Amino acid sequence: MNKVIQVEGLTKMFGDFTAVDAITFDVKKGEIFGFLGANGAGKTTAIKMLIGISNPTSGNATVAGFDVLTNPNDIKKNIGYMSQRFALYDDLTVKENITFFGGIYGLSRKRIKEKSEALIKELGLEKVASQLVGSLPLGWKQKLSFSVALIHDPKIVFLDEPTGGVDPITRRQFWEMIYKAANQGTTVFVTTHYMDEAEYCDRVSIMVNGKIEAMDTPKKLKEQFQADSMNDVFLKLARG
Amino acid sequence: MGISISNISKSYKNVKALQNISFDVKPNELFGLIGPDGAGKTTLFRILTTLLFPDQGTATVAGFDVVGDYKEIRKNVGYMPGRFSLYQDLTVEENLNFFATIFGTTIDENYDLIKDIYVQIEPFKDRRAGKLSGGMKQKLALSCALIHKPKVLFLDEPTTGVDPVSRKEFWEMLKRLQQKGITILVSTPYMDEAALCDRVALIQDGKILQIDTPKAIVKHYPKPIYNVRSNNMYQLIRSLKDYEFNHSIYPFGEFVHYTDSRTDFNPKELQKYLEAQNLSDIEIEQTEATIEDTFMELAK
Repeated sequence: MNKVIQVEGLTKMFGDFTAVDAITFDVKKGEIFGFLGANGAGKTTAIKMLIGISNPTSGNATVAGFDVLTNPNDIKKNIGYMSQRFALYDDLTVKENITFFGGIYGLSRKRIKEKSEALIKELGLEKVASQLVGSLPLGWKQKLSFSVALIHDPKIVFLDEPTGGVDPITRRQFWEMIYKAANQGTTVFVTTHYMDEAEYCDRVSIMVNGKIEAMDTPKKLKEQFQADSMNDVFLKLARG
Repeated sequence: MGISISNISKSYKNVKALQNISFDVKPNELFGLIGPDGAGKTTLFRILTTLLFPDQGTATVAGFDVVGDYKEIRKNVGYMPGRFSLYQDLTVEENLNFFATIFGTTIDENYDLIKDIYVQIEPFKDRRAGKLSGGMKQKLALSCALIHKPKVLFLDEPTTGVDPVSRKEFWEMLKRLQQKGITILVSTPYMDEAALCDRVALIQDGKILQIDTPKAIVKHYPKPIYNVRSNNMYQLIRSLKDYEFNHSIYPFGEFVHYTDSRTDFNPKELQKYLEAQNLSDIEIEQTEATIEDTFMELAK
């Protein structure tokens, strides 16, 4: 199995406070990996280290084959990232956003044009392609920003609460996009507070107070914690 | 002392944020406004808390008109907006003191009402509000919204972005406040929280889709609904989408919720079809609809 994320003993301290406490795990190519935990459990700090924007205090990690300590810039070229807060520029149009991010990732003009057309068609955004992104409903924005996060065909895409506040139908369309990307070999690393979405993941880890307290397929986690749903598993574990 | 909303409409330029909304919240009811971002929830809250005029329609809160009696309403309601709106550079205690003073009361006078919630942040009372964690900010905001002993409490998406454990605790707090006689109108994008309300209104695109008790909403789901599972979720969804008799297909955790367009649907037929699509470990069994199923059916 091709491991695209390998993490060993990864730790981050802020003064005396250990935000991430020696976490160890692997993620395979094409896997949908759910990275769960309560607010303040250390998820965001861990993700920042994995995407190369925060140095670990100790431990190792490689992402897309590059070391987080020595090659953070290579990591950035080979991953996609999308969060609920920062996604796209509201005062650029749909097309301008695609062109901008395509350019940032060094795609040729020709490639950007191809990508742009394909992407707008696939998302059914033909009618709003020249409208400002700020005028679109949240669900559309989130689907668009996911596609933009994939514009440079990254090996891994990191999604930080991509579906918060999104309506239930769009939330499901979003997950179909995730399945499709994973099916084509993209690794998906995703955080969510919707526990039904935890069930859609191939494997799930649950962080409590900086440590990974459980990690397995949703089915096995439910067996292990004698729980009917991932929500119950989470409630049993995450009180910390 | 509840809320009465009658034919309220509000537009921003060419966006119709609320379209002819009417419903009542009974005194001491815990009422949920359930809908995604952009549904119009915040606009309605702002009208009811007298921060925005409606274009049309009328509403009363605790017996007072939202336009004519706005000053009375402000004395009688607590409002916790979706965005953290306390003073970041005042401490926990200073914030609480400030809001008590504004409403002509003291922390001591109404301490009973906030005690359950405030004790959890009291150890940090000298910390600036801006330095609190999300969960602590939320508890402080709720304490500040309650310190003048409001008759009606408005909570706009208090649990958005909050993890399932903290969400559960927050709802337990709301239930205790309700027992103290407060009428509560709470909005949320999490459909599972609807079950915790006495009654809910489902709202999307500025329109009310349905109003009822959570149990009645689920009971009125129009079709039999089936849990379908197989060895491969993505292929399963694709195969079901290609099935000519499908009515709706929505992933729900480890299952897909499937409804059929025919009245004489036979699950065995679907089983055969899915097997022919090279899927295995297929399970199909009837299940109960959830609020989310109803919401999606109505919003379709």
